[in-house]
Amino acid sequence: MISLRNVTRTYGEGDAQVRALAGLDLDIEAGSFVAIMGASGSGKSTTMNILGCLDTASSGTYDFNGIDISGLSRDGRALLRRNYLGFVFQGFNLLARTTALENVELPLVYRGMARSLREEKALAALHAVGLQDREGHTPGELSGGQQQRVAIARAIVSDPLILLADEPTGNLDSERSHDIMRLLQKLNTERGITVIMVTHEADMADYASRIIHFADGHIADDKYRGRR
Amino acid sequence: MLWESFKLALRSVRRNVLRSILTLLGIVIGVAAVIALVTIGSGANEKISSDISKLGSNMLIVRPGNQGPGPPGGSDARSFTENDVTALRGGVSQVRAIAPTASKQATVVYDATSTDAQITGGDEAFFVAQDWTFIQGGSFTESDVRAASNVCVIGATIVTTLLPNIEPIGQTIRVSAMPCTVVGVLGSKGQSAFGSDQDNIVVMPLRTFQRRIAGNTKISNISVSANTPAAVKTAQDSITAILRETRHIGENDQDDFSVRDMTQIAATMSSTTTLMTGLLGAVAAVSLLVGGIGIMNIMLVSVTERTREIGIRLAIGALASQVLTQFLVEAVVLCLLGGLLGIGLGLGLAGLASVFLTIPFAPDPKVVLLAFGFSGVIGLVFGFFPARNAARLDPIEALRHE
Repeated sequence: MISLRNVTRTYGEGDAQVRALAGLDLDIEAGSFVAIMGASGSGKSTTMNILGCLDTASSGTYDFNGIDISGLSRDGRALLRRNYLGFVFQGFNLLARTTALENVELPLVYRGMARSLREEKALAALHAVGLQDREGHTPGELSGGQQQRVAIARAIVSDPLILLADEPTGNLDSERSHDIMRLLQKLNTERGITVIMVTHEADMADYASRIIHFADGHIADDKYRGRR
Repeated sequence: MLWESFKLALRSVRRNVLRSILTLLGIVIGVAAVIALVTIGSGANEKISSDISKLGSNMLIVRPGNQGPGPPGGSDARSFTENDVTALRGGVSQVRAIAPTASKQATVVYDATSTDAQITGGDEAFFVAQDWTFIQGGSFTESDVRAASNVCVIGATIVTTLLPNIEPIGQTIRVSAMPCTVVGVLGSKGQSAFGSDQDNIVVMPLRTFQRRIAGNTKISNISVSANTPAAVKTAQDSITAILRETRHIGENDQDDFSVRDMTQIAATMSSTTTLMTGLLGAVAAVSLLVGGIGIMNIMLVSVTERTREIGIRLAIGALASQVLTQFLVEAVVLCLLGGLLGIGLGLGLAGLASVFLTIPFAPDPKVVLLAFGFSGVIGLVFGFFPARNAARLDPIEALRHE
C-alpha cells in the first residue's frame, strides 16, 4: 500500500543544510500495525510527516495505493489526507471550547457532508472509542485519556485507510496509555485500519505487529513480530 | 461549508465580545457618520423644498431688472405698471392668479408696542398666488382695493408681537403712521427657505400701499401661480412675450425683467445641500476605511493566535481555500455586524437631529443598503490579506506553534 523509494529530506540551504532522511526505502502493507522508534533526530518524525502528506520528500518517490504523492499539489495532498488518512497527535490537538461531537464532525464538515449524516457518523465514532455519553463535553471537561479518545474518533470518523499516530500516549499515564493502545489495536484488527505509530516506549511498541528502529535518517532495524 | 463558516464566525465573535466590539467601533462610527449625514442632508433638502412650495405652488415671480438670483431689482430697474398687469391678466392662460405686489419694511404700531414688519400691497389674488390661508377673518375685497381703503390682513407673528390676547379682527393698527383696520389673520407659514419670518407681514390693498406707504405707483413684483406644474413653463414663456410687448423692448434688446420659477430656485438650493451632503459623506467614508484597517489588524492577530487551530484543520483535510473562506467570512460577518450597529446608531443620530433642527426625518433605504453592502466589501477587502496568511500556513509549522 505504501512504498517509499530512496526518499531523502533535507532542510535548509548550503552549509546550514541538514539531512533528516538519507535515502529511505520503506514498504508498509495494508492492515499492518507499525511502530516506529528511534532517538529524536533519527528521522522518524520526518518520515511520519511525509507518510502523512504533510511534508514532501526532497527526492525519491512516495507511492500511496498507486498514487505518486511527490507529484501532488498542496490541495491534492489535502484531499488525500481528507479521504485516506487519520491523524492522532501527542498533544491531542482538539479544538478548544468545541464539543467532542463537533470536534469529531470537523473532517466531515470539510468533506461537505450533510449535517444529519455527519452527526450520525460522529456519534458512531465516539461510540467506537467508548465515549458515547460524552459528546457534549468540551476538551477542557475531559481527562487526557478521554481527549485522546476523542482525537482517535475524529481520526477514524472519515473511515481512513491509515491511522497515523505521533506518540499518542506521550502525554498519558501508563494505565491510560495501555487503554489507548488496546483501542488502536482493536481498530487495526476489527476495522482493518493500517496503524503507523511513533513511540518512545517499548511496551507500547509491543502492541504493533512490526517495529522499525530509525537511526541517523535511515532504518537501523525492522522486525516483524507476533501479536501481543 | 459557507454556513459552517458563518456559524464559526459568529462563535468567534461571541468568544471575544469586548475585542469584537472594539474592533467594530471603527466600522460602526464610519457607517453611523455616513448614514447620519446623508439622512440629515436629505431631511434638510426636503425641508427646503417644502418651504419653497409654501411660498406658493407652481409659482413664478416676475421682477423688474434682469439680474441673477439675489435681492429684487435695484432702483434703476423699471418697475411694472397697471398696464403690464392688465395685459398679463388678459393674455396668460392656465394660471390661477396673477398678483401684482409692492412691498417695503416699515414700523407697525399698536398701543405702545411697535415692531418692524414687511408691508405688502396687493389684491385678493395675492393670497391665492402665494397659497395663504386665513385663520380669522378674510381677505379685503375688490372694492377695498379699488377704493384704497385703510384695511389690512396681518400675519401670525404680528398677532403674537402686537396683539397678544387681543381679538385682532377690528383692531386698528398703525403702519408708518397710517391707521388701518385688521380684517383678517393669515395662517402661519413659518420661516422661509431664505431664513426670513414669512409671518411677519402686513398685507394691504395695493393702492393703499402705493399712496400711503410707498408714495408712488410702482409695482415691484408680480406673483403668478400656474394651474399645474406642467403649465409653469408655458406661463413663463407667455409672460415674457407679453411683457416684452407692453414694455416696448426691441427685438435685439435684453429683457428688463425676470420671470423666475420657484421650483428652479428650489432645485438650485437642493443641489447645494446635496453637494454638501456628498462631501461630508465622503469624509465620513474615510473613517470607514480606517475602520477597515482596524479589522485587518485584528484579523491578523486572530490568525496568529489561532495558528495551531489552523494547523489542526489543515491536517485533518481542510483545503487552503476552505481556511481562506472561513477567515474571510469571519471578517465579513464582523464588518456586517458593525454595519448593522452603525446603521442603527446613524439613524438614531439622524432622528435626534431631525427633532432638534426641525427637519423631516428622511432615511433613504438605498443609502442604508449601500452602507451595509459597503461594510461587507470592507470586510472582504481587509479580511483577504489575513485570510490568505492563514490559508498559506504550513500545517507542520502550524501544529508545532504554541
